[in-house]
Order: sequence, then C-alpha cells, then structure tokens
Amino acid sequence: MIRFEQDPQPRRSKVAAVYAGVMALAFALAGGVFAAYGVGPLEAYGTLLEGTLGDRQGLAEVLRRTLPLLLIGSGLTLAFRVSFFNIGAEGQLLMGAVAGAAVALFLPTSALSLPLMFLAGAVAGGLWTLPAAWLRARVDVNEILTTLMLNSVAGYLVIYLVSGPWRGENVQGFTYTDEFPDVARLPHLGDSLVHWPTLVLGVVLAVGLQVLLTRTPLGYELRVVGESPRAARYAGMPIPRVVLLTGLLSGGAAGLAGVGEVAGIHYRLLDPSQISLGYGFTAIIVAWLARGHPALVLLTAPLMGLILAGGDLLKISLNMPFRVIDVFSGLLLLCLISGESLARYRVRWAR
Amino acid sequence: MMEEILQALARALSFGTPLLLASLGVLVNERAGVVNLGVEGMMAVGALAAFGVASETEALGMAVCLAMAAGAVAALLHGFVTLTLRANAYVSGLALAMLGLGISGLLGKKYEGAILFEPAPELPFTVAAGVLAVVLWGFLHATRPGLVLRSVGENPAAADVLGVNVVAVRYAAVAFGGAMAGLSGAFLSLAYRPAWTDGMTAGLGWIAVALVIFVGWSPLRAVLGSVFFGLLYYLQFRLQDQGGIPTEVFAAMPYLLVIGVLALAGLRRTQGAAPAALGRPYHRGER
Repeated sequence: MIRFEQDPQPRRSKVAAVYAGVMALAFALAGGVFAAYGVGPLEAYGTLLEGTLGDRQGLAEVLRRTLPLLLIGSGLTLAFRVSFFNIGAEGQLLMGAVAGAAVALFLPTSALSLPLMFLAGAVAGGLWTLPAAWLRARVDVNEILTTLMLNSVAGYLVIYLVSGPWRGENVQGFTYTDEFPDVARLPHLGDSLVHWPTLVLGVVLAVGLQVLLTRTPLGYELRVVGESPRAARYAGMPIPRVVLLTGLLSGGAAGLAGVGEVAGIHYRLLDPSQISLGYGFTAIIVAWLARGHPALVLLTAPLMGLILAGGDLLKISLNMPFRVIDVFSGLLLLCLISGESLARYRVRWAR
Repeated sequence: MMEEILQALARALSFGTPLLLASLGVLVNERAGVVNLGVEGMMAVGALAAFGVASETEALGMAVCLAMAAGAVAALLHGFVTLTLRANAYVSGLALAMLGLGISGLLGKKYEGAILFEPAPELPFTVAAGVLAVVLWGFLHATRPGLVLRSVGENPAAADVLGVNVVAVRYAAVAFGGAMAGLSGAFLSLAYRPAWTDGMTAGLGWIAVALVIFVGWSPLRAVLGSVFFGLLYYLQFRLQDQGGIPTEVFAAMPYLLVIGVLALAGLRRTQGAAPAALGRPYHRGER
C-alpha cells in the first residue's frame, strides 16, 4: 500500500527535483506514444532538438513561438493563483486579433495605430472573459466549461468576419482581410519573424504582474483569496471582485498576444487555425510550470515555445500530425499536477 | 406535418444518443463525487479504438467492447492522478481531454478519412441508452450499492465510518464513466458517422459534462436533456438552408447554448442538487 504523510512546506530542492523527474517522465511517455505511432523516440527528439536549438534560424522560430506564450502565460499564472482556470485564452487571443485588425483596417492610420491596436486587443480579450468570469464570481458556474465554449464561439466569429463582411477586396478565392497598412505592422529583429515590440511587452507584463502580485494591495488580496478563501472571506475581502478582475486581466494579456500575431506575422486577419497554433492551450502548461510566479514565465515560456516549434518540425520532416502538441501538453500537465501532489506529501511504502 | 415531426424526433434521438451515453457515465462518476472533464478525450480514444477494430476485423461487438475498455483505461489514469495522488481533478480532466485528442489524432492518422463499409445500426445504441437511463435511476434510488455510491458522493467521511471503501467505489464509478464515454465514441465512429476523422467528437464530450449539470444529476431528466439538445442540432441543420442568417451563427449555437444552460442552472441554483462532496478529494483524517 502507498501511504502519504503531509509535507506542507517541502524544500525547494525537493520541489525542483520532483518537477524535473515528472517532466522527464512526461517526455519518456510521449516517446512511447511516438514509438506506437511508428517513429523512433530518439529520432523524434533528435529532430526536435537539432532543428530548434541547432542553428540561429531554429532559435528564432522558438523565440517567435515564445512571444504569445509569454503574454498569455503571465496572465494565466495570475488567474491560476486564484483558481480561475481560464481555458479560453485561445478565444481571447482571437478577439484581440479581431480588435487589432479593426483598428488597423478601419481607423485612420497614424503613428498611434500600433498602440491603439494593442489597447483595443487587450480590452477585447478582457471583455471576452467577462461572461465566464462573471458567472464564476457571482453564481459559481465552472469557468473551464464556459471559457472553452467561448473559444469555439470566437473561432466562428473570426470565420464569419474573414469570409463575410471583412473579406478583402483583392484576395481572389481566399478568406482573409486586406493587408494592414505599413504603420500597423510590427518591426522584426533582423531577418527573423521575431516582432520585438511584442517581446518587450511580454517581458514588461511578466515583471509587472509579478510586482502587482507581491507589492500591491490588490496582489495581497489576490494571494489571500488564492491560498485561503476562508481567511479572505473572514477578512471581508471582495472575493468575487478579485476573481473577476483577475479573469479580465488574463483575458487582456491573451488579447495582446492576438494583436502581436496579426500585426507581427500575418498583417491581416485570417482563418483562426492560422492565427493561433493553440497558444492558448500551451500557455496553460507555461503558467502551471511557473507555479504562481508571473516572472518565472520568462523561463517556462521558451520551453513550451521550443515544443511548439518542435511540433512544427516533426510535422514537416517526419510527417507527424500537429496533434503531437496535444500529446505533449496533456502528458506534461498530468505529470506536473501529479508531481505537485508528490512534492506536498512524503510517500511511504507501508505494509 | 406529422411526418416532419416524426422525422425531427428521429433525428433528435440519433443526435442525442452519444450525448445521453456519455452523460450517464458522467452522472455516475459525479454522483460518487468525482469530477472528470476528460470526456471529450475518452470519447475520442473510444471512437478510434472502435473504428480501428471494426475496420481490421469487422467484428462490431468486439469493437464496442474495446472502445469501452479504452475509455475505462483512460478514466483510470484520471482516477490514479486524482484519487490516489489527489491532484486537482479539474486540471487532470482537462489534461486527459488534451491527451485523448492528441493520442487518437496521432494513432488514427493511418485511418484518416477512411470509412466503414458495414456500419453498425444506430437503433441498438439508442435503445440501450434509454434503457440504461431507467436502470441507472432504479440502481441509484432503489438498491443498496446505489445508496453506497450516492453516500460516497454526498458524505464520504460518513460512508467511510460505515465501512465503505470510498476510494474503491470512486475508482469503479470513474471507470464506468470512462467506459460510457468510450461507448459514446463507438456510436459516433461505427454508426452515426461510420468513418474516422481527427476531432470527430466535435465538442460533444464537453456538452455532455454541461448537460449533467443542466439536468441536475438525474438519469431520467438526462434523457429529456439529450433529446432537447438533439432537437437543437436538428434545427441547426434544418435552418442552415433558409439563407439570410450566416451559417457560423448556427455552428456557434450549441456552444452559446451550453453557456446559457450553465448560467441558467447557476442562477436557478440547481447546482444545489450537486453531490455535496463533488470534486473534493477524500482522505481519512483530513477535513
């Protein structure tokens, strides 16, 4: 029989060791799935590492995938802190892209275009969280289901826009909008696709949310609500408001990521599956790995960026479906939450 | 007119069958106090298992059995993580959904777009779902094991004191939920749309989870709820041809409806009908 004894304050070294162990386990299990598919795990991981970390171009791909994860991940880290499991970042990202595109295409262009796009994207992403956050905060409706449903709705909205009213005038048979004007495009780092203003924004957001969490009254309330709702209620803290606000913040961060993708890569609004490679879902792992510290996202986002870029490589060079990302995400998440339990308890084998 | 109503009802039953099958499974594991949001993933795994077996051996009965077994195995993984390791059940379910979709998409690639030349009939599944709903209702309310199951979901500590092995009951309930999700997947890939395409579960697993909340954890009301959602799917297809309204509106309808349904359930406080210990891990000597 396995027995558990509580270890409420595990040493950092133990937590780190457990996390490293379970992540290795996740990658080993994913290797098993690859083998079942018919690709040698070593070949798969070799391709993945060589193509991403092997040269400058690969590294630039990783960094490009890291940008949206950085923004979404910092927001989700905050949301998870109050147990608001926002699974809707994918939809919030799309709404941010829609709002950014609206500013770029329909407002008069000026030097303020880009800042306005990001602002509109943040507002749209935040507002898209509102129904789910409100229902959770006020009537305790599970936010995993509602945010997930809003993803699909956002997807259909984008499809409607790009194939209907917003469809470009000179796009022939394609369903996307016209290209953004030059002032609504983000500059790149060298000849890569790394739109550096988004990188700056991501770093500022990760650090900013860390400061918010540890150095402000709101952050204090947030931490108390997350760690002990009962204590928060006793202290008279407005729990619904804290949850609502955190939900909106995380949606806003995802909205920024959406603007970054359309203004930095595509220069137009297009099919939802092309705007996002499932960044909203991958960012869940980024946030979970950061264990409640938004600044740690600076380390965990590149890791998942590597996996996303690697998934692309496996698709191109080994002809594997992009679903490998879901295998990685699912296994990593399962192993991480198990690891968290293992760290909080001492496992004893007893007769 | 009469003919059209009958046809609508027939389609509604057909659309509602996978929902009802999966919902009954969710209902049982939630009545035992365990949340499993991984239905979508277990359904996908079941659908692929059924399709794989059926297209290799043409043994439909075995295909159904293996789909249920595959669903149950996936669910037991969730059981281990949440019941033995006692990790967060909501996140574990989400991870299971991702993993199930990922594995079925990867391993199903060689069947992508393939169709089944001798599909299974729909009717047996529909009838079985309806009968099972009634049987479950009887089981939960008129038998001792049913009482034990409910007590584990309402007050695990009290059940434990009476000598019930709480964790074992919860494991069994979770496995049942997985088997039902697998069966629902088998219906999809063997009968409803006898083919395999990645993502063919199309969000039905998530709707099943919401449906159980909507019907207040009652097997009989789950029948009505499934038919109701089935009718909506039927209307979606019927109204699509009418023109004027963009098709995306209809496509988004089920998802909007789930939010509406959950909001309604929340506002009416039917969530009071939820098993009292739903989603709470149980460990002897802890509160």
